[in-house]
Amino acid sequence: MAEKFETFLLDGVEYKTRLTEKWLNRKPWEEPNPYQLVSYIPGTIMEVAVKEGQRVEEGEVLLILQAMKMNNKVAAPFAGKIKSIHVHVGDKLPKGALMIEMAEDENA
Amino acid sequence: MSLKRNILDLRKRKEIVLQGGGEDAIKKQAEMGKMTARERIEGILDKGSFHEYDIFVEHQSKDFGMDKKVLHGDGVVIGTGTVYGEPVAIYAQDFTVAGGSLGLMHARKITKIMDHAIKMRIPIIGINDSGGARIQEGVDALAGYGEIFFRNTQASGVIPQLSVILGPCAGGAVYSPALTDFIFVVDNISKMFITGPDVVKTVLGEVVSPEDLGGARVHACVSGNAHFFASTEPECFEQIKKLLTFIPWNNQRKAKAFPAKAPKSEYNIEKILPADPTQPYDVRDIIKAVADDSDFFEVQENFAQNIVVGFGRIDGETVGFVANQPLVLAGVLDCDSADKAGRFIRFCDAFNIPIVTFEDMPGYLPGVEQEHMGVIRHGAKVLYAYSEATVPKVTVILRKAYGGGYIAMNSRHLKADFMFAWPTAEIAVMGPEGAANIIFRKEIKEAANPEEMRKQKVAEYREKFANPYVAASKGYIDSVIEPSETRMLLKHSIEVSGNKTVMTPAKKHGIPPF
Repeated sequence: MAEKFETFLLDGVEYKTRLTEKWLNRKPWEEPNPYQLVSYIPGTIMEVAVKEGQRVEEGEVLLILQAMKMNNKVAAPFAGKIKSIHVHVGDKLPKGALMIEMAEDENA
Repeated sequence: MSLKRNILDLRKRKEIVLQGGGEDAIKKQAEMGKMTARERIEGILDKGSFHEYDIFVEHQSKDFGMDKKVLHGDGVVIGTGTVYGEPVAIYAQDFTVAGGSLGLMHARKITKIMDHAIKMRIPIIGINDSGGARIQEGVDALAGYGEIFFRNTQASGVIPQLSVILGPCAGGAVYSPALTDFIFVVDNISKMFITGPDVVKTVLGEVVSPEDLGGARVHACVSGNAHFFASTEPECFEQIKKLLTFIPWNNQRKAKAFPAKAPKSEYNIEKILPADPTQPYDVRDIIKAVADDSDFFEVQENFAQNIVVGFGRIDGETVGFVANQPLVLAGVLDCDSADKAGRFIRFCDAFNIPIVTFEDMPGYLPGVEQEHMGVIRHGAKVLYAYSEATVPKVTVILRKAYGGGYIAMNSRHLKADFMFAWPTAEIAVMGPEGAANIIFRKEIKEAANPEEMRKQKVAEYREKFANPYVAASKGYIDSVIEPSETRMLLKHSIEVSGNKTVMTPAKKHGIPPF
């Protein structure tokens, strides 16, 4: 056979086969980082309610992410500190974009 | 008025309506490389067989200056005709009339011809070329879509429904094709999306062309929404006509039988399978080696290519082929290929088409991505579709039939009527390498030379279990056959299944894992 096939490992067996674009473009798994708040839906930043270094309580609103005509409140998942803010009002975000990085509050 | 004058008046009225959106709009349509609605219908139906209805229908909306606008036929052409002498119902949206936009009367024309098709038990072909809802008509336009979707669902499994996308088909409009059995797309002409590039840009700031967002190639290769891809409209029409030769006119009938033809001699069934089970081959060559005239009409040729589905004939009778494709991703089952196979099996079952399955697959595709995409739910569709199907079901195991894949691919346990295996079949709970590593873990670990021991144990397992005879000894396989006997046995299986009757528990409907 003239075609050169790729090797595809499955259950310890190396199969010779063609690979698909979808397979090659699949997203590698990354462990979610609880300190990083990423957009769960594509949208626009309407408001940033906190500043870097600010201490926040669990449930406190950090920013407003407008998506599909809804103003979604993005709240702090735990009490802590705002380490860095990666977005500005008016930014259009795709899904999965880093918005805010939090840190443990060492004084708590 | 004399009769003659009446007739002349009628002719004049017709002539005006048949101009659609007028010369300029038709010229524009041609500049986009598109045929007109009536040209398209004539391109599909037998010459001179088309009869159009509702040409004098007009919209009745008054808002936003609509009362001063005349939209000929309200932007859609409906009628009946024949394909190869058999009756079909057809409609085509006319983009030259207000961009083929859908208003209440436009929708009413479509539902009228759909109702007719359902009542007459004949296939319906819908040609979509529309800018979407006619905004001026407001909720009436939405009502129109809803009425169409309802009929698509009612007709599903009763008459074949073919959707041809020959222009834009955006927003809610996409759901009519999505509810039908087969979607045809043409390169550079078809565009399908829920939200167009403008909305994507506004919401996300992402700039994407209509072609890259929802062009023909996207739906044929990536999303799997389309079943047939053509380069030109005439090529698309040939595909539609060819499909119609393979399928019955309704769920009470069988597909038309053709004179039997032997497969072409260039497809030698004993020369296709490589000796090494890890080497690929094109399973479509096996299908062509058993199908009449080696004619295999593939469905979703460019999507989830690790499984192959399509129509062919055995001894003149239509069968649906489902085959693992070792040429692509080693023939594994994954989310996309399970969706593709599950749907095709259900079409065959609904329309009395026997299913022939060729099996050669190492199992399901592993990975976080697949698991998170729901390979459990998607994979279950294959089990559901095969189990549910009551048409004659024949399986031929060519090579690997491991684990869950063995069960899923129309096994005896899902009530296959005939289970055949080639002598090259390996029917086992998993591949020899994986199995030996688990069963002989201790021996391998404690051996002086673990690698040597592993190889020995793999060989031992392969010798003992990687064959069709263990399954045959339990009656799970009816017959271990020579490859050259395959066509003859497929023919026989279908022949003796003509009166197949299956009793299933009374139910309203099942709940397949959508």
